[in-house]
Amino acid sequence: MNPLREWLAGGLPIADGAWGTELQARGLEPGAAPDIWNLTHPDRVEAMARAYVEAGSQVTLTNTFRANAIAMKGDLDAVNRASVEISQRAAAGRALVFASIGPTGKLPMAGEITAEQAHAAFDAQAASLAAAGADALLVETMSDIEEARLAVAAAKNTGLPVIVSFAFDSGKNKDRTMMGATPEAVAAAMVESGADAVGANCGVGVEYAAAICRRLRASCGVPIWIKPNAGLPAIEGTAVRYGATAAFFASHYSALRDAGASFPGGISHGTLRVALWRRLLSLPRRLSSRRMDREPLQQHCSARVPRRQPKRLRHEQLAQCRLKGDEKSGPGGCCGSAPDFIRALVNARCAAS
Amino acid sequence: MHDLEKLKEALIVGDWKTASAATQAALAGGVAPLTIVTGHLMPAMDEVGRRFECEEYFVPEMLLSARAMKASMEILRPLLTSSGAQPVGRVVIGTVKGDLHDIGKNLVAAMLEGGGFEVIDLGADVAPERFIEAAATRHADLVALSALLTVTMGWMKTTIDAFQAAGLREKVKIMVGGAPVTQQYADAIGADGFTDSAGSAVALARKLVAA
Repeated sequence: MNPLREWLAGGLPIADGAWGTELQARGLEPGAAPDIWNLTHPDRVEAMARAYVEAGSQVTLTNTFRANAIAMKGDLDAVNRASVEISQRAAAGRALVFASIGPTGKLPMAGEITAEQAHAAFDAQAASLAAAGADALLVETMSDIEEARLAVAAAKNTGLPVIVSFAFDSGKNKDRTMMGATPEAVAAAMVESGADAVGANCGVGVEYAAAICRRLRASCGVPIWIKPNAGLPAIEGTAVRYGATAAFFASHYSALRDAGASFPGGISHGTLRVALWRRLLSLPRRLSSRRMDREPLQQHCSARVPRRQPKRLRHEQLAQCRLKGDEKSGPGGCCGSAPDFIRALVNARCAAS
Repeated sequence: MHDLEKLKEALIVGDWKTASAATQAALAGGVAPLTIVTGHLMPAMDEVGRRFECEEYFVPEMLLSARAMKASMEILRPLLTSSGAQPVGRVVIGTVKGDLHDIGKNLVAAMLEGGGFEVIDLGADVAPERFIEAAATRHADLVALSALLTVTMGWMKTTIDAFQAAGLREKVKIMVGGAPVTQQYADAIGADGFTDSAGSAVALARKLVAA
């Protein structure tokens, strides 16, 4: 059986939040590639990943979105391997590590790069991530079906489960990718390419995500990964802030679940990334004993939200998150409060279960 | 006139071979190069921009049209230069420092070229001093800055400030664009203009150079 389906056999687990802006808050210079910090500042990257795990993330990604040979220069094998190791240390058996593979930033169809070059870049990155022990590979923020096919094919070569996720941010209804692909076209092409799960991330806002999710769900039989944008960035002076609060984001939890999301969550242009995963807590025995505390879902929830008055407490918690979010300042304001988003999602899940 | 209609249609549907052949045929028929550009190439690319604005076209269609336009321009450019025809304006364009995402910038550059501008494309990850040097040495009317990421868009402000410090701010108009950029941000950092798509960038650029 597909490991993703096994992992999904029981509940809605939660992934992590923003990386880029969170690292900026820890001193990464604007414009510098966050991925380099895996080698230069591993302690700070690890502290950030650990903050998410401590906030309740049960899946943590890696700081490798750009670490392919077309998007970035340098010792990419070292960058990719280090990132998996950092995320594993931060997870410390409490979360799975899903390694991030982003687009090349070039368009094979425009003749900027050849399909062979793109495939080779993805192949090398996927091999490094797999060799370092990633649990699954996440091909994310794609817009071009042909480029995604190349990435999925490379990722599949590792034998790991492969999730592929597109950014739907164009068209009248914000239901097309930049390249004009619909959820239906994406789902069909990606399943055909062998993806174990398909989904949507980034995009224009959590309020659009349920409709995309429903269409992906109706178009294929594989699990659906949903990490919508938490809102478009708002500009205050020259600082960038994200409009959506943790409360607003978490309030869409039920809509996403009802739309058939296997893994709802959020992202905003590499700043907020929160994914809820169905039943990560009941992992297959081999994996769970290796990686995860065997804590039943209900126990996990009740530790955070007393079952007697889940609704009231949920709202109080969310209000608290909003307050914390508003207190943050600097670039990516609400991104700075990303661990709060995770907590709000954990609570929303518990309140809904 | 048949060849010119064919040229316009070829640009709109993105057929570079027909665009190239129709351009040659029009020249052979005695049509002036500048007439081909202003009377047919520019209106065709305006229509492509309009379709992109209306979201009838997406990036792939626009790329095909840009390629067809470039095929036609390859033939026309030497003739325009030797005839001394002046471009609508001269634009220096690039993505700001740290930002390697150049898909949007490339589309805007193609649309500007199709709109009659001379485009000096500095590529991606361009430091402020390179923008300044190119704008000064090439006597640009306009500087176009692109950023895709919220984590790099701060360099737009840095670049505009650098133009100020170099005493060149009054010599050029600066326009900005990219997914996270808004009119509000453009105003806050002191840019002269902002558009949210490659389709509307040409109209803005024309407005700025006319101002």
